[in-house]
Amino acid sequence: MNPDYDLSTSELEEILTLIKLIHGYDFTNYAQTSLKRRIIRCMGLAHIRTASELRFQLANDTAFFDWFLQSIMVNVTEMFRDPAFYRTLGEKVLPLLASYPIIKIWHAGCSTGEEVYSMAILLKEANLLERCRLYATDINPANLEKARLGLIPVQHLNDYTAGYQQAGGQRDFKDYYSLQGNYIQMHKTLRDSILFAQHNLVTDRVFNEFQLVCCRNVLIYFNKDLQNHVIRLFHDSLAPLGFLAIGTKESLLFTDLRDQFTAIAPDTKIFRRTR
Amino acid sequence: MAETKLKNPTEAILIGGSTGSIEVLLRVLPALPTPLSFALIIVLHRKNTADSTLATLLSLKTESPFREVDDKDPIRPGTIYLAPADYHLLIEQDKSFSLDDSEKVNYSRPSIDVTFESAADVYGSSLIGILLSGANADGTKGMQAIQKTGGLLVAQHPDTALVGFMPQQAIANTTTDYVLDIDGLIAFLKSVNTAQQTAASAF
Repeated sequence: MNPDYDLSTSELEEILTLIKLIHGYDFTNYAQTSLKRRIIRCMGLAHIRTASELRFQLANDTAFFDWFLQSIMVNVTEMFRDPAFYRTLGEKVLPLLASYPIIKIWHAGCSTGEEVYSMAILLKEANLLERCRLYATDINPANLEKARLGLIPVQHLNDYTAGYQQAGGQRDFKDYYSLQGNYIQMHKTLRDSILFAQHNLVTDRVFNEFQLVCCRNVLIYFNKDLQNHVIRLFHDSLAPLGFLAIGTKESLLFTDLRDQFTAIAPDTKIFRRTR
Repeated sequence: MAETKLKNPTEAILIGGSTGSIEVLLRVLPALPTPLSFALIIVLHRKNTADSTLATLLSLKTESPFREVDDKDPIRPGTIYLAPADYHLLIEQDKSFSLDDSEKVNYSRPSIDVTFESAADVYGSSLIGILLSGANADGTKGMQAIQKTGGLLVAQHPDTALVGFMPQQAIANTTTDYVLDIDGLIAFLKSVNTAQQTAASAF
């Protein structure tokens, strides 16, 4: 971090209040240390040295705010991240979902779509994709535009291919995309199987009932109060005995509804609603 | 020896390292007394896999409670914490951990700078930062942050490190309080712990 740029706790609070009032995005219950680090990083990139200058820019320059929003949100994502998660999902969850005539799945905080496409591939191989309604949501419209196109940077293709195999993929990963310059584009059958829509976990509500909610490495950006709120939203969005998948280093331990979920196996972060 | 420079009881000790640092920890951890009076937080550059081999390896070398961090875990004295692979490890004002999978810093995630800087904000002068062997300059900015908030700085002696670059960078760019070989590091950690136990038993 550049020592020339810093924010006090009260300056940070003023900035978050301003963003909430003017732009309607509520970051006040995000994990503070991480958010502050990312805002200071933005100040460094934009050569903004004081909190008052940052407030002025955020209030008066829409293009700046769009860039700022894009930069403070973490949009790092990969296909088949944690292959063991997908393997467990394929072995323990999909066979149970197969008994439903229509399977509704919600990917919350899908970013640019890498994870939901990974899941769509596994669903296809389990012969379930035709029966699935995949909803993928994100707070950020720019992410959703990219996700809809199914364009994924080619740079990590080798890792993704290895991840696909470790995740239990049975075919050739090449079967699912075509090369488009610096990108791979996911095939149309996969793209058409996913409905991408804007949804804000902080302010928006339950919009359907799902057999599986997948929200990995999103909760880490929230403080405990907001995690609690979002876990309740997921609980209320799940059908009885529905599944909730969170990130491998995330936890339900600090939320009020921890007793309403049981892990489907030790050492996994896939839970099932107890009722 | 440490008492002379320690201004406050030590609440947390951070250890950062890269290439050649696991070997150091495999010697240091078994030599530490239990219980520890501080939280010991270890940030190592490691492969980007979620497998827990490193956690298992290190946990077998200590009698202290050992935990690879989950998001929002509270930080307790006496426990040894390891930063998980592929996340930055941050410390919140309420002395709990939070994780962050944003861009790599110094080609690294976890980045030592990120953890050290956030810990400096929270612990101020009750913090000790230790930098071990490594081929990367990650950690130096974190050590500067700890220096600024009044904490104590320790570097592994570059001649005793498999790769001396990382501690060397810290020594060149901070007012490092102690430059120690592995035995010196063990003695230092023991003295920090004993000092507090003696102080506590005096009341």
